[in-house]
Amino acid sequence: MFKRIEEDRRRAVEIFVEGQSVTAREGDTVAAALLASGLDVRRSTAVSGAPRLPYCMMGVCFDCLVTIDGMGNRQGCLVPVREGMRIEIQKGKREIGR
Amino acid sequence: MSRDYDVAVVGGGLLGSAIAWGLGRLGQRVCVLDEGDMVKRASRANFALVWVQSKGLGMSAYTRWTVAASNSWPRLAEEIREQTGLDVCFQRNGGFHLALSEEELAQRADTVKRMSEQPGGAAYHFEILGHAEVAKMLPHIGPEVVGGSFCPLDGHVNSLRTFRALHTGLARLGVDYRPDHAVTAISYTGGGFRLTTAGGEIASGKVVLAAGNANETLAPMVGLTAPMGPTRGQVIVTERTAPFLPHPLTTIRQTDEGTVMIGDSKEDALDDSEARLPITSVMADRARRTFPLLGRLNVVRSWAGIRVMPKDGFPIYDQSQTCPGAFVACCHSGVTLAAIHAYELAPMIAAGRLDPDRTGAFSARRFAEAAKDGTDMPAGPHGAWAQEKRNVQAH
Repeated sequence: MFKRIEEDRRRAVEIFVEGQSVTAREGDTVAAALLASGLDVRRSTAVSGAPRLPYCMMGVCFDCLVTIDGMGNRQGCLVPVREGMRIEIQKGKREIGR
Repeated sequence: MSRDYDVAVVGGGLLGSAIAWGLGRLGQRVCVLDEGDMVKRASRANFALVWVQSKGLGMSAYTRWTVAASNSWPRLAEEIREQTGLDVCFQRNGGFHLALSEEELAQRADTVKRMSEQPGGAAYHFEILGHAEVAKMLPHIGPEVVGGSFCPLDGHVNSLRTFRALHTGLARLGVDYRPDHAVTAISYTGGGFRLTTAGGEIASGKVVLAAGNANETLAPMVGLTAPMGPTRGQVIVTERTAPFLPHPLTTIRQTDEGTVMIGDSKEDALDDSEARLPITSVMADRARRTFPLLGRLNVVRSWAGIRVMPKDGFPIYDQSQTCPGAFVACCHSGVTLAAIHAYELAPMIAAGRLDPDRTGAFSARRFAEAAKDGTDMPAGPHGAWAQEKRNVQAH
Protein backbone atom coordinates (compact mmCIF):
# COMPACT_ATOMS: atom_id res chain seq x y z
CA MET A 1 0.00 0.00 0.00
CA PHE A 2 1.74 3.15 1.18
CA LYS A 3 5.54 3.32 1.18
CA ARG A 4 7.72 6.05 2.59
CA ILE A 5 10.07 7.73 0.15
CA GLU A 6 13.65 6.69 0.72
CA GLU A 7 14.95 10.26 0.98
CA ASP A 8 12.79 10.84 4.09
CA ARG A 9 15.39 11.65 6.73
CA ARG A 10 13.04 13.09 9.33
CA ARG A 11 13.51 12.05 12.92
CA ALA A 12 11.75 8.85 13.99
CA VAL A 13 8.87 9.17 16.49
CA GLU A 14 7.57 6.13 18.34
CA ILE A 15 3.82 5.84 18.69
CA PHE A 16 1.65 2.95 19.86
CA VAL A 17 -1.22 1.64 17.76
CA GLU A 18 -3.46 -0.72 19.71
CA GLY A 19 -0.50 -1.13 22.05
CA GLN A 20 1.89 -2.05 19.25
CA SER A 21 5.00 0.08 18.68
CA VAL A 22 5.01 1.91 15.34
CA THR A 23 7.79 4.13 14.01
CA ALA A 24 6.42 7.32 12.53
CA ARG A 25 8.31 10.42 11.37
CA GLU A 26 8.32 13.84 12.94
CA GLY A 27 5.71 15.94 11.16
CA ASP A 28 3.51 12.98 10.22
CA THR A 29 -0.14 13.36 10.99
CA VAL A 30 -1.70 10.46 12.89
CA ALA A 31 -3.63 9.51 9.76
CA ALA A 32 -0.46 9.47 7.60
CA ALA A 33 1.43 7.46 10.21
CA LEU A 34 -1.40 4.92 10.41
CA LEU A 35 -1.56 4.53 6.63
CA ALA A 36 2.23 4.10 6.46
CA SER A 37 2.28 1.60 9.32
CA GLY A 38 1.16 -1.33 7.20
CA LEU A 39 -1.29 -2.36 9.93
CA ASP A 40 -5.01 -2.86 9.44
CA VAL A 41 -6.12 0.56 10.63
CA ARG A 42 -9.67 0.51 9.32
CA ARG A 43 -12.12 2.11 11.71
CA SER A 44 -15.85 1.34 11.49
CA THR A 45 -18.54 3.97 11.10
CA ALA A 46 -20.88 5.02 13.89
CA VAL A 47 -24.22 3.94 12.41
CA SER A 48 -23.74 1.16 9.83
CA GLY A 49 -20.34 -0.08 11.01
CA ALA A 50 -18.89 0.16 7.49
CA PRO A 51 -15.07 0.01 7.36
CA ARG A 52 -13.23 3.25 6.56
CA LEU A 53 -9.71 4.55 6.08
CA PRO A 54 -8.50 8.16 6.10
CA TYR A 55 -9.57 9.76 2.84
CA CYS A 56 -9.32 13.51 2.29
CA MET A 57 -6.33 14.09 4.61
CA MET A 58 -7.35 17.72 5.04
CA GLY A 59 -9.96 17.78 7.77
CA VAL A 60 -13.07 17.62 5.69
CA CYS A 61 -14.35 14.06 5.35
CA PHE A 62 -14.05 12.82 8.96
CA ASP A 63 -13.20 9.33 7.74
CA CYS A 64 -9.97 9.32 9.77
CA LEU A 65 -11.72 9.46 13.17
CA VAL A 66 -9.59 7.74 15.77
CA THR A 67 -9.08 7.56 19.53
CA ILE A 68 -5.93 9.42 20.54
CA ASP A 69 -4.65 9.25 24.12
CA GLY A 70 -8.08 8.19 25.33
CA MET A 71 -10.07 10.84 23.46
CA GLY A 72 -12.48 9.53 20.82
CA ASN A 73 -13.46 11.02 17.47
CA ARG A 74 -10.20 12.91 16.90
CA GLN A 75 -9.52 13.72 13.27
CA GLY A 76 -6.28 11.82 12.72
CA CYS A 77 -5.36 13.87 9.66
CA LEU A 78 -5.23 17.08 11.70
CA VAL A 79 -3.18 15.85 14.66
CA PRO A 80 0.62 15.60 14.40
CA VAL A 81 2.24 12.52 15.97
CA ARG A 82 4.00 12.95 19.29
CA GLU A 83 6.47 10.65 21.01
CA GLY A 84 4.65 7.97 23.00
CA MET A 85 1.20 8.78 21.61
CA ARG A 86 -1.34 6.00 22.16
CA ILE A 87 -3.74 5.38 19.34
CA GLU A 88 -6.74 3.10 19.22
CA ILE A 89 -8.64 2.31 16.08
CA GLN A 90 -12.19 3.42 16.79
CA LYS A 91 -14.87 0.86 16.12
CA GLY A 92 -18.30 2.45 15.91
CA LYS A 93 -19.40 5.41 18.00
CA ARG A 94 -17.11 7.07 20.47
CA GLU A 95 -17.98 6.53 24.09
CA ILE A 96 -19.20 9.47 26.11
CA GLY A 97 -16.46 9.29 28.73
CA ARG A 98 -13.60 9.21 26.27
CA MET B 1 -68.72 21.75 -9.84
CA SER B 2 -66.22 19.00 -10.40
CA ARG B 3 -64.39 17.92 -7.30
CA ASP B 4 -60.92 16.55 -7.72
CA TYR B 5 -60.69 15.41 -4.12
CA ASP B 6 -62.78 14.54 -1.10
CA VAL B 7 -60.36 16.48 1.07
CA ALA B 8 -57.62 19.02 0.39
CA VAL B 9 -55.15 19.24 3.27
CA VAL B 10 -53.32 22.55 3.28
CA GLY B 11 -49.85 21.98 4.70
CA GLY B 12 -47.58 18.95 4.33
CA GLY B 13 -45.69 19.09 7.63
CA LEU B 14 -46.10 16.52 10.37
CA LEU B 15 -49.58 17.72 11.23
CA GLY B 16 -50.89 17.81 7.66
CA SER B 17 -49.17 14.52 6.80
CA ALA B 18 -50.58 12.72 9.83
CA ILE B 19 -54.11 13.90 9.06
CA ALA B 20 -53.76 13.11 5.35
CA TRP B 21 -52.36 9.68 6.17
CA GLY B 22 -55.29 9.04 8.50
CA LEU B 23 -57.73 10.13 5.79
CA GLY B 24 -55.93 8.10 3.12
CA ARG B 25 -56.15 4.90 5.12
CA LEU B 26 -59.93 5.40 5.32
CA GLY B 27 -60.06 5.41 1.54
CA GLN B 28 -60.63 9.12 1.12
CA ARG B 29 -59.39 10.83 -2.04
CA VAL B 30 -56.94 13.30 -0.58
CA CYS B 31 -54.47 15.85 -1.81
CA VAL B 32 -51.85 17.60 0.29
CA LEU B 33 -51.05 21.13 -0.85
CA ASP B 34 -47.62 22.06 0.37
CA GLU B 35 -45.01 24.69 -0.12
CA GLY B 36 -41.68 23.83 -1.69
CA ASP B 37 -39.13 21.50 -0.20
CA MET B 38 -36.95 24.46 0.76
CA VAL B 39 -39.59 25.90 3.05
CA LYS B 40 -38.67 26.24 6.72
CA ARG B 41 -40.53 23.68 8.73
CA ALA B 42 -41.08 22.99 12.38
CA SER B 43 -41.32 19.37 11.20
CA ARG B 44 -37.59 19.46 10.53
CA ALA B 45 -36.51 21.72 13.41
CA ASN B 46 -38.29 19.97 16.26
CA PHE B 47 -36.92 18.11 19.28
CA ALA B 48 -38.79 14.83 18.61
CA LEU B 49 -40.22 14.15 22.04
CA VAL B 50 -43.45 12.23 22.44
CA TRP B 51 -44.21 14.01 25.66
CA VAL B 52 -46.92 13.86 28.28
CA GLN B 53 -45.62 15.42 31.49
CA SER B 54 -46.40 19.12 31.78
CA LYS B 55 -49.01 19.12 29.01
CA GLY B 56 -52.38 20.59 29.84
CA LEU B 57 -51.99 22.89 32.79
CA GLY B 58 -55.00 25.18 32.32
CA MET B 59 -56.86 22.80 30.01
CA SER B 60 -57.40 19.27 31.27
CA ALA B 61 -58.82 18.18 27.91
CA TYR B 62 -55.33 18.67 26.50
CA THR B 63 -53.89 16.34 29.11
CA ARG B 64 -56.41 13.66 28.14
CA TRP B 65 -55.76 14.22 24.44
CA THR B 66 -51.99 13.98 24.97
CA VAL B 67 -52.19 10.80 27.04
CA ALA B 68 -54.41 9.25 24.37
CA ALA B 69 -51.89 10.30 21.71
CA SER B 70 -49.02 8.79 23.64
CA ASN B 71 -51.00 5.57 24.01
CA SER B 72 -51.70 5.45 20.25
CA TRP B 73 -48.07 5.98 19.23
CA PRO B 74 -47.02 2.30 19.40
CA ARG B 75 -49.81 1.50 16.96
CA LEU B 76 -48.76 4.29 14.60
CA ALA B 77 -45.09 3.28 14.69
CA GLU B 78 -46.01 -0.33 13.98
CA GLU B 79 -48.45 0.46 11.19
CA ILE B 80 -45.97 2.81 9.49
CA ARG B 81 -43.29 0.15 9.72
CA GLU B 82 -45.52 -2.47 8.15
CA GLN B 83 -46.58 -0.07 5.44
CA THR B 84 -43.23 1.49 4.54
CA GLY B 85 -40.53 -0.69 6.08
CA LEU B 86 -39.25 2.38 7.94
CA ASP B 87 -38.56 2.10 11.65
CA VAL B 88 -39.27 5.46 13.27
CA CYS B 89 -37.58 4.26 16.48
CA PHE B 90 -40.42 5.12 18.82
CA GLN B 91 -39.41 4.54 22.42
CA ARG B 92 -41.57 5.09 25.45
CA ASN B 93 -39.57 4.17 28.49
CA GLY B 94 -40.30 7.27 30.52
CA GLY B 95 -38.82 10.74 30.50
CA PHE B 96 -37.35 13.21 32.95
CA HIS B 97 -37.38 16.89 33.60
CA LEU B 98 -34.28 17.58 35.69
CA ALA B 99 -33.68 20.50 38.03
CA LEU B 100 -30.32 22.14 38.69
CA SER B 101 -31.37 23.92 41.89
CA GLU B 102 -33.77 23.43 44.79
CA GLU B 103 -35.78 26.36 43.48
CA GLU B 104 -36.21 24.73 40.09
CA LEU B 105 -37.22 21.46 41.70
CA ALA B 106 -39.77 23.19 43.93
CA GLN B 107 -41.17 24.97 40.89
CA ARG B 108 -41.44 21.69 39.05
CA ALA B 109 -43.10 19.95 41.98
CA ASP B 110 -45.60 22.78 42.16
CA THR B 111 -46.43 22.47 38.46
CA VAL B 112 -46.93 18.72 38.84
CA LYS B 113 -49.15 19.22 41.85
CA ARG B 114 -51.33 21.81 40.15
CA MET B 115 -51.69 19.57 37.10
CA SER B 116 -52.66 16.53 39.11
CA GLU B 117 -55.27 18.56 40.98
CA GLN B 118 -57.01 19.76 37.82
CA PRO B 119 -60.50 18.33 37.51
CA GLY B 120 -61.06 16.24 34.40
CA GLY B 121 -57.42 15.50 33.67
CA ALA B 122 -56.08 12.06 32.94
CA ALA B 123 -54.67 10.11 35.83
CA TYR B 124 -51.18 8.96 35.03
CA HIS B 125 -48.13 8.12 37.02
CA PHE B 126 -45.79 10.97 37.65
CA GLU B 127 -43.23 11.35 40.39
CA ILE B 128 -40.73 13.77 41.83
CA LEU B 129 -37.38 12.10 42.49
CA GLY B 130 -34.30 13.22 44.37
CA HIS B 131 -30.74 13.07 43.08
CA ALA B 132 -30.03 9.52 44.28
CA GLU B 133 -33.20 8.10 42.74
CA VAL B 134 -32.57 9.89 39.45
CA ALA B 135 -28.99 8.61 39.44
CA LYS B 136 -30.24 5.02 39.58
CA MET B 137 -31.87 5.55 36.20
CA LEU B 138 -29.50 8.15 34.75
CA PRO B 139 -26.08 7.20 36.12
CA HIS B 140 -24.21 10.00 34.34
CA ILE B 141 -25.94 12.96 36.01
CA GLY B 142 -23.69 15.54 37.59
CA PRO B 143 -23.62 16.63 41.24
CA GLU B 144 -25.60 19.81 40.46
CA VAL B 145 -28.70 17.81 39.53
CA VAL B 146 -30.87 18.04 42.64
CA GLY B 147 -33.67 15.89 41.27
CA GLY B 148 -36.47 15.98 38.79
CA SER B 149 -39.83 14.75 37.65
CA PHE B 150 -40.31 11.41 35.92
CA CYS B 151 -43.26 10.28 33.84
CA PRO B 152 -43.31 6.75 32.41
CA LEU B 153 -45.58 7.78 29.51
CA ASP B 154 -42.91 10.05 28.05
CA GLY B 155 -40.82 8.97 25.14
CA HIS B 156 -39.26 10.05 21.89
CA VAL B 157 -39.01 9.11 18.26
CA ASN B 158 -36.94 9.77 15.18
CA SER B 159 -39.08 12.64 13.97
CA LEU B 160 -37.27 13.19 10.68
CA ARG B 161 -37.83 9.56 9.77
CA THR B 162 -41.45 9.83 10.95
CA PHE B 163 -41.90 12.75 8.58
CA ARG B 164 -40.36 10.78 5.73
CA ALA B 165 -42.31 7.63 6.61
CA LEU B 166 -45.64 9.47 6.66
CA HIS B 167 -44.89 10.88 3.21
CA THR B 168 -43.85 7.44 1.97
CA GLY B 169 -47.10 6.14 3.42
CA LEU B 170 -49.10 8.90 1.74
CA ALA B 171 -47.74 7.80 -1.62
CA ARG B 172 -48.64 4.16 -0.86
CA LEU B 173 -52.18 5.23 0.04
CA GLY B 174 -52.57 7.10 -3.24
CA VAL B 175 -52.69 10.49 -1.56
CA ASP B 176 -51.74 13.18 -4.04
CA TYR B 177 -48.86 15.19 -2.59
CA ARG B 178 -48.39 18.50 -4.37
CA PRO B 179 -45.34 20.55 -3.46
CA ASP B 180 -45.04 24.16 -4.67
CA HIS B 181 -48.78 24.57 -4.18
CA ALA B 182 -48.82 27.30 -1.55
CA VAL B 183 -52.47 28.28 -1.07
CA THR B 184 -53.30 31.96 -1.51
CA ALA B 185 -57.10 31.97 -1.55
CA ILE B 186 -59.96 29.63 -0.73
CA SER B 187 -63.55 30.09 -1.84
CA TYR B 188 -66.62 28.15 -0.80
CA THR B 189 -69.19 27.72 -3.55
CA GLY B 190 -71.84 25.16 -4.29
CA GLY B 191 -71.04 23.12 -1.20
CA GLY B 192 -67.38 22.67 -2.08
CA PHE B 193 -64.06 24.44 -2.01
CA ARG B 194 -61.89 25.97 -4.65
CA LEU B 195 -58.32 26.62 -3.63
CA THR B 196 -56.10 29.01 -5.50
CA THR B 197 -52.52 27.83 -5.29
CA ALA B 198 -49.13 28.64 -6.75
CA GLY B 199 -49.60 25.49 -8.85
CA GLY B 200 -53.14 26.13 -10.10
CA GLU B 201 -56.70 25.66 -8.87
CA ILE B 202 -57.78 22.67 -6.82
CA ALA B 203 -61.37 21.67 -6.07
CA SER B 204 -62.33 19.61 -3.07
CA GLY B 205 -65.33 18.69 -0.99
CA LYS B 206 -63.60 19.47 2.29
CA VAL B 207 -60.57 21.42 3.29
CA VAL B 208 -58.29 21.01 6.31
CA LEU B 209 -56.00 23.88 7.24
CA ALA B 210 -52.81 22.40 8.66
CA ALA B 211 -50.40 25.09 7.60
CA GLY B 212 -48.82 25.86 10.95
CA ASN B 213 -48.55 29.52 11.84
CA ALA B 214 -49.93 30.40 8.38
CA ASN B 215 -53.29 29.08 9.56
CA GLU B 216 -53.81 32.48 11.15
CA THR B 217 -54.04 33.98 7.65
CA LEU B 218 -55.85 31.08 5.98
CA ALA B 219 -58.54 30.41 8.59
CA PRO B 220 -60.56 33.63 8.00
CA MET B 221 -60.93 32.63 4.31
CA VAL B 222 -63.31 29.86 5.45
CA GLY B 223 -64.99 31.57 8.40
CA LEU B 224 -62.58 30.29 11.06
CA THR B 225 -60.00 31.86 13.32
CA ALA B 226 -56.63 30.57 14.46
CA PRO B 227 -54.81 33.05 16.70
CA MET B 228 -51.15 32.07 16.73
CA GLY B 229 -48.22 33.15 18.89
CA PRO B 230 -45.13 31.53 17.41
CA THR B 231 -41.88 31.42 19.36
CA ARG B 232 -38.29 30.72 18.45
CA GLY B 233 -36.30 27.75 19.71
CA GLN B 234 -32.75 26.57 19.29
CA VAL B 235 -31.24 23.12 19.20
CA ILE B 236 -27.64 21.93 19.53
CA VAL B 237 -26.57 18.53 18.21
CA THR B 238 -23.41 16.69 19.20
CA GLU B 239 -21.44 14.07 17.35
CA ARG B 240 -22.59 10.47 17.71
CA THR B 241 -21.69 8.70 20.88
CA ALA B 242 -22.33 5.22 22.25
CA PRO B 243 -25.67 5.02 24.10
CA PHE B 244 -25.39 6.63 27.56
CA LEU B 245 -28.78 8.25 28.09
CA PRO B 246 -31.54 5.63 28.51
CA HIS B 247 -34.36 8.15 29.01
CA PRO B 248 -35.13 11.39 27.21
CA LEU B 249 -35.23 14.68 29.14
CA THR B 250 -37.27 17.75 28.30
CA THR B 251 -34.04 19.43 27.22
CA ILE B 252 -31.62 16.63 26.34
CA ARG B 253 -32.10 13.38 24.47
CA GLN B 254 -29.92 10.89 22.66
CA THR B 255 -31.20 9.89 19.24
CA ASP B 256 -31.42 6.32 17.99
CA GLU B 257 -28.31 6.93 15.90
CA GLY B 258 -26.28 8.30 18.78
CA THR B 259 -26.27 12.08 18.45
CA VAL B 260 -27.22 14.09 21.53
CA MET B 261 -29.78 16.84 21.00
CA ILE B 262 -29.80 19.73 23.42
CA GLY B 263 -32.80 22.03 23.46
CA ASP B 264 -35.00 23.81 23.80
CA SER B 265 -34.87 27.50 24.35
CA LYS B 266 -37.80 29.80 23.91
CA GLU B 267 -37.72 33.37 22.67
CA ASP B 268 -40.35 35.67 21.32
CA ALA B 269 -38.00 36.67 18.49
CA LEU B 270 -39.14 35.34 15.15
CA ASP B 271 -35.98 35.61 13.10
CA ASP B 272 -34.60 32.11 12.64
CA SER B 273 -31.83 33.06 10.21
CA GLU B 274 -29.15 32.26 12.75
CA ALA B 275 -28.75 30.65 16.15
CA ARG B 276 -28.01 33.21 18.85
CA LEU B 277 -24.83 32.42 20.73
CA PRO B 278 -25.93 33.69 24.17
CA ILE B 279 -28.84 31.22 24.03
CA THR B 280 -26.65 28.43 22.71
CA SER B 281 -24.16 28.92 25.52
CA VAL B 282 -26.78 28.80 28.26
CA MET B 283 -28.22 25.62 26.75
CA ALA B 284 -24.78 24.04 26.45
CA ASP B 285 -23.82 25.09 29.98
CA ARG B 286 -26.95 23.61 31.50
CA ALA B 287 -26.49 20.42 29.50
CA ARG B 288 -22.92 20.06 30.70
CA ARG B 289 -23.94 20.66 34.31
CA THR B 290 -26.64 18.02 33.90
CA PHE B 291 -24.27 15.48 32.30
CA PRO B 292 -20.65 16.61 32.82
CA LEU B 293 -19.37 14.06 30.30
CA LEU B 294 -21.23 15.91 27.54
CA GLY B 295 -18.52 18.55 27.81
CA ARG B 296 -16.14 16.22 26.01
CA LEU B 297 -18.33 15.84 22.93
CA ASN B 298 -17.99 17.95 19.82
CA VAL B 299 -20.96 19.93 18.60
CA VAL B 300 -21.70 19.22 14.96
CA ARG B 301 -24.83 21.30 14.30
CA SER B 302 -27.02 23.94 15.83
CA TRP B 303 -30.05 25.74 14.54
CA ALA B 304 -32.87 28.09 15.30
CA GLY B 305 -36.43 27.29 14.31
CA ILE B 306 -39.86 28.80 14.69
CA ARG B 307 -42.40 26.88 16.71
CA VAL B 308 -45.93 26.54 15.55
CA MET B 309 -47.80 27.79 18.59
CA PRO B 310 -51.45 28.67 19.08
CA LYS B 311 -51.75 31.86 21.10
CA ASP B 312 -52.48 30.11 24.42
CA GLY B 313 -50.31 27.07 23.72
CA PHE B 314 -53.18 24.60 23.40
CA PRO B 315 -54.20 22.95 20.13
CA ILE B 316 -56.93 24.46 17.99
CA TYR B 317 -59.32 22.10 16.20
CA ASP B 318 -62.38 23.67 14.73
CA GLN B 319 -64.90 23.34 11.96
CA SER B 320 -66.49 26.18 10.08
CA GLN B 321 -70.13 27.06 10.63
CA THR B 322 -70.32 29.26 7.54
CA CYS B 323 -68.36 26.99 5.19
CA PRO B 324 -69.33 23.43 6.19
CA GLY B 325 -66.53 21.03 5.40
CA ALA B 326 -63.72 23.44 6.35
CA PHE B 327 -61.59 22.45 9.30
CA VAL B 328 -58.62 24.01 11.00
CA ALA B 329 -55.95 22.19 13.00
CA CYS B 330 -53.01 23.86 14.74
CA CYS B 331 -50.84 22.61 17.52
CA HIS B 332 -47.40 22.92 18.93
CA SER B 333 -46.83 19.21 19.50
CA GLY B 334 -47.05 17.82 15.99
CA VAL B 335 -44.82 14.88 16.92
CA THR B 336 -46.58 13.84 20.14
CA LEU B 337 -50.03 14.27 18.64
CA ALA B 338 -49.29 12.62 15.28
CA ALA B 339 -50.88 9.35 16.34
CA ILE B 340 -54.12 10.91 17.54
CA HIS B 341 -54.29 13.13 14.47
CA ALA B 342 -54.07 10.04 12.29
CA TYR B 343 -56.40 7.80 14.28
CA GLU B 344 -58.94 10.15 15.84
CA LEU B 345 -58.94 13.54 14.18
CA ALA B 346 -58.80 12.23 10.59
CA PRO B 347 -61.88 9.98 11.01
CA MET B 348 -63.84 12.91 12.45
CA ILE B 349 -62.89 15.00 9.43
CA ALA B 350 -63.81 12.17 7.08
CA ALA B 351 -67.21 12.00 8.80
CA GLY B 352 -67.57 15.76 8.43
CA ARG B 353 -67.99 16.47 12.11
CA LEU B 354 -65.61 17.04 15.00
CA ASP B 355 -66.76 15.18 18.09
CA PRO B 356 -67.58 17.87 20.68
CA ASP B 357 -66.82 15.47 23.53
CA ARG B 358 -63.31 14.85 22.25
CA THR B 359 -62.33 18.13 20.65
CA GLY B 360 -64.88 20.70 21.84
CA ALA B 361 -62.45 22.24 24.30
CA PHE B 362 -60.02 22.96 21.46
CA SER B 363 -62.38 25.19 19.49
CA ALA B 364 -60.96 28.64 18.77
CA ARG B 365 -64.20 30.01 20.22
CA ARG B 366 -62.33 30.00 23.53
CA PHE B 367 -60.38 33.06 22.39
CA ALA B 368 -63.51 35.03 21.60
CA GLU B 369 -65.10 33.94 24.89
CA ALA B 370 -62.01 35.00 26.85
CA ALA B 371 -62.08 38.38 25.10
CA LYS B 372 -65.82 38.79 25.78
CA ASP B 373 -65.44 37.96 29.46
CA GLY B 374 -62.56 40.36 29.69
CA THR B 375 -60.54 37.52 31.16
CA ASP B 376 -57.01 36.80 30.23
CA MET B 377 -56.12 34.02 27.91
CA PRO B 378 -56.23 30.73 29.80
CA ALA B 379 -52.92 30.04 31.47
CA GLY B 380 -51.82 27.27 29.18
CA PRO B 381 -48.64 25.33 28.73
CA HIS B 382 -47.44 28.40 26.90
CA GLY B 383 -47.43 30.26 30.20
CA ALA B 384 -46.33 27.36 32.35
CA TRP B 385 -43.77 26.43 29.79
CA ALA B 386 -42.42 29.95 29.64
CA GLN B 387 -41.96 29.76 33.37
CA GLU B 388 -40.12 26.47 33.19
CA LYS B 389 -37.96 27.64 30.38
CA ARG B 390 -37.04 30.83 32.15
CA ASN B 391 -33.89 29.13 33.25
CA VAL B 392 -32.87 28.46 29.69
CA GLN B 393 -33.09 32.06 28.59
CA ALA B 394 -29.96 34.08 28.41
CA HIS B 395 -30.05 37.05 30.74
